[in-house]
Amino acid sequence: MSSADLTSERDLPPERETSVRGDIAPARDGPRDTGMDDASLHRWLARTWRTPPGIIGALSSVDHKVIARRYLITAFLFLCLGGLNAVAMRIQLSGPQRGLIGPDLYNQLFTMHGVTMMFLFAVPIVQATGIYLVPLMVGTRNIAFPRLNAFGYWVYVSGGLFAWVSFALAMAPDVGWFAYVPLSGPEFSPGKRADVWAQMITYTEVSSLAVAVATIVTVLKQRAPGMSLDKIPLYVWALLVTSFVVVFAMPAVMITSTFLILDRLVGTHIFNPAEGGDALLFQHLFWFFGHPEVYIIFLPATGMVSSIIPAFARRPAFGHLGLVLSLIAVGFLSFGLWVHHMFATGLPKLGASFFTASSMLIAIPNGVQIFCWLATLWDGRPVIRTPLLFVFGFFFTFVIGGLTGVMLASVPLDLQVHDTYFVVAHFHYVLIGGSVFPLLGAAYFWFPKITGRMMSERLGRWHFWLAMIGFNAAFFPMHIVGLWGMPRRVYTYPAELDWGNINLFISAGAVLFFLSFVLFAFNLVHGALRGTPAGDNPWDAGTLEWATSSPPPSYNFTRIPVVTNVEPLWAERGALPVASGLRVDARELIISTVAEAHPDIREKSATPSIWPLLAAIAVGATFLYSIFTPWAIIWGAAPIAVTLVGWFWPKGDPEDEE
Amino acid sequence: MKRLASIAFATAIALFLQGCAGWQSALDPKGPAASELAWLIWFFTGLCAVVWVLVMAALAVPLLMRSRQHAEPLALDADADSRKLRVVTVAVGLTAVILVGLTLLSFFANRTLAAIGSDAALTIRVTGHQWWWEVRYEDATPSRVLTTANEIHIPAGEPVRLLLTSTDVIHSFWVPSLSGKLDLIPGRMNVLDIKADKPGVYRGQCAEFCGAQHANMGTFIIAEPRAKFDAWWNDQLQPAAAPTGGEAKAGENLFLKRPCVMCHKIGGTPAGGTVAPDLTHLASRQTLAAGTLTMSRGNLAAWIADPQGVKPGSHMPVVDLSGDELNAIVAYLEGLK
Repeated sequence: MSSADLTSERDLPPERETSVRGDIAPARDGPRDTGMDDASLHRWLARTWRTPPGIIGALSSVDHKVIARRYLITAFLFLCLGGLNAVAMRIQLSGPQRGLIGPDLYNQLFTMHGVTMMFLFAVPIVQATGIYLVPLMVGTRNIAFPRLNAFGYWVYVSGGLFAWVSFALAMAPDVGWFAYVPLSGPEFSPGKRADVWAQMITYTEVSSLAVAVATIVTVLKQRAPGMSLDKIPLYVWALLVTSFVVVFAMPAVMITSTFLILDRLVGTHIFNPAEGGDALLFQHLFWFFGHPEVYIIFLPATGMVSSIIPAFARRPAFGHLGLVLSLIAVGFLSFGLWVHHMFATGLPKLGASFFTASSMLIAIPNGVQIFCWLATLWDGRPVIRTPLLFVFGFFFTFVIGGLTGVMLASVPLDLQVHDTYFVVAHFHYVLIGGSVFPLLGAAYFWFPKITGRMMSERLGRWHFWLAMIGFNAAFFPMHIVGLWGMPRRVYTYPAELDWGNINLFISAGAVLFFLSFVLFAFNLVHGALRGTPAGDNPWDAGTLEWATSSPPPSYNFTRIPVVTNVEPLWAERGALPVASGLRVDARELIISTVAEAHPDIREKSATPSIWPLLAAIAVGATFLYSIFTPWAIIWGAAPIAVTLVGWFWPKGDPEDEE
Repeated sequence: MKRLASIAFATAIALFLQGCAGWQSALDPKGPAASELAWLIWFFTGLCAVVWVLVMAALAVPLLMRSRQHAEPLALDADADSRKLRVVTVAVGLTAVILVGLTLLSFFANRTLAAIGSDAALTIRVTGHQWWWEVRYEDATPSRVLTTANEIHIPAGEPVRLLLTSTDVIHSFWVPSLSGKLDLIPGRMNVLDIKADKPGVYRGQCAEFCGAQHANMGTFIIAEPRAKFDAWWNDQLQPAAAPTGGEAKAGENLFLKRPCVMCHKIGGTPAGGTVAPDLTHLASRQTLAAGTLTMSRGNLAAWIADPQGVKPGSHMPVVDLSGDELNAIVAYLEGLK
């Protein structure tokens, strides 16, 4: 961003601010960035926005980039752990009647695999990517509610530790990631394993709700001047829709897990048919969350695809409006499909047929997205780099997953393949093909922005082909073995069913796929340490995150850009217009209007604080204690209240005094 | 290389067909419901494969093109974009048409399936337990009501109505070569109609995760000609065969004195437990422990001596028996034809 370009001070008339608070002494008002030269602006902003030094300082950080980096690394570690679970399962299943792993451990393994991948990897990593990118893409200096965001991370870490320490103590949940009652109820799951499941859900849902709220407010209220709704990048739209889906879906699973805890700990009979409860109620509540969950993981990935394709096809996405409307349509429709997970429960046939129709319907907005991306690519041979390769991998695999999804939507067909390896194949094609491949592409795409260095292109290509071959070798044959009658969640199978050879093949593919992640991890470390310096915008992409340095400074932008196009860096070659008028000695942001992004007020962003960490510890300890006694909620309330008081203690700012 | 590829391909096809012919395969239908479903699976698969190939072709197009001429990304060709809009619109329209077609197809398939058992004369109540199946043949005459376990004999060529429920957790009844699956849910009753075209043994297993031994909860549908089925039913109604020989007699005594009697029933003896499979005609069954072991003297002994080794986590406890006692009990059970 050029300093010469201060022409666009059409926004933020400082008089308006001061006239509102006419009685505030001017001494209270600090220096503004208006007219300040770049070097002194940098000195001011760096001092104002820095994360304090030292361990306490690091733990107090509220910088969205710092929190996001921690999130990304933590989620990647959980991915590796979940992957190791999968490899262990595949070794056990590589032949009939293998005795390596018994049912007790196997059932913990597949439960931990599902729980880790869904709650500790997939949702956190797509949200973490959003925490990093959304404030940069909308041109603001920090995420909204930065302390809540930090709190969300700490709660997530404690939930993850809770689950994995339980696993290390051989008391991990063994009832599946869906934990159906009555199996997970007090009668059939004595001990603490199912309680661990229920409370782990609560931890991770609290954290993802926190991130969702912060994301929504950032997108709606902190956009750079001029970024009206029609100029919001598609990735940001995807995160906005996802965050709304989180806000509406997650409470359903928190209710489910809380009801389960009540049945197990307090002695209610909500799910007990013998006392007038209902076992199927659990499934309805769970899948009312569980199906949107798939889209919580998938929609951000579509945003990534919508970012990567334009950069390499060298044009803005074709059908921008259609893509946005598709995102919103998918967000809504995702709440109307949950029953297709329950076709085998014997629901009334007419009702089930309705859900066939609604499940088919969601293929239409998804089809619109696929066709628009293809049309974007049709302008000529795109520039083929590793991120785009992974997007091609996404097309190759996700379309298979989508089409098998259409098969599962059919009630009668589903009755043959439901709860078989066919379904295992289907959702891995959807989740890995639809979400992990775009995420890997996104990792190569945005790694230079995060670290300032490029990842190796040569290793990237090796990684891509290894992942593609390993993935398809592991998961494609699962369709077949599922049709041959192999159910899910079995720790062994008899030799006479002839499933041995194909399972051996699948296991070999799984090991190959795991190795591709080892290569990826090497490429990440190698790139961070030895990669060639990237510069601000290595791909010559068009959105705002590429306008700042790589890695971005703590304050993101020296001057807040003014947006004139959906791809602002392509529209304003050379220099972006900028807005000014923000104080440089305080953490000030522009708060803009929801639709037009007209700058409205200046607002202070929260300063670093240790209290979110302490609050997360208090909340985490309460959840942990609550698997042993319901009184934990009473005893835990006091420390939580103390930490929240510390967190919200008035700072003596003028706005606090008003 | 080409030769290698063709060998690999032929092997893959051979393996695939071999699997299709399995006795627990949805692709090897042996009844009208499974035939309808297999047809549906192949139709959907074919159509989806065509769609996938078309999408991949559309993806390959830009890779075959020359590089973009103009360097400025915002300089768009309005004509080209309006052509693209038409193509995308047509593609979305076609998608909608295909989806409506598939929805109707699955609706009508559902109706066909529902009609299969409308005139079922035989009703069998199947109750799921951790980890075995209780099978009760309903009859208007109470003395003809028959309870057995894990193996379901049915008359071939006739529709049979299964009433599915559970007393503990949720299970799912699934015999792929005859029909789709349906859950057994405590507090609810589901109805599944099945029909086997020809006599034969069709394997199935529990398809809803139900705990430690979900993997070893097999079941067998044994379809027989009507006369043979009626004879089987009459045989099964008889009390247990009296033990012959000293060892078997000793075995009966031991069975009745040991904890076995607390859970199992043997018709014609004081043993009347109902929480575990009915053993009155145990030796007439083909497998033990819900399809875990084939029925043989050795396997019977192994199962009784070490149930937690054979089926870890199962509710069959280890009963402390000496070698002679074990042999006696096995000899007795072996005679329960």
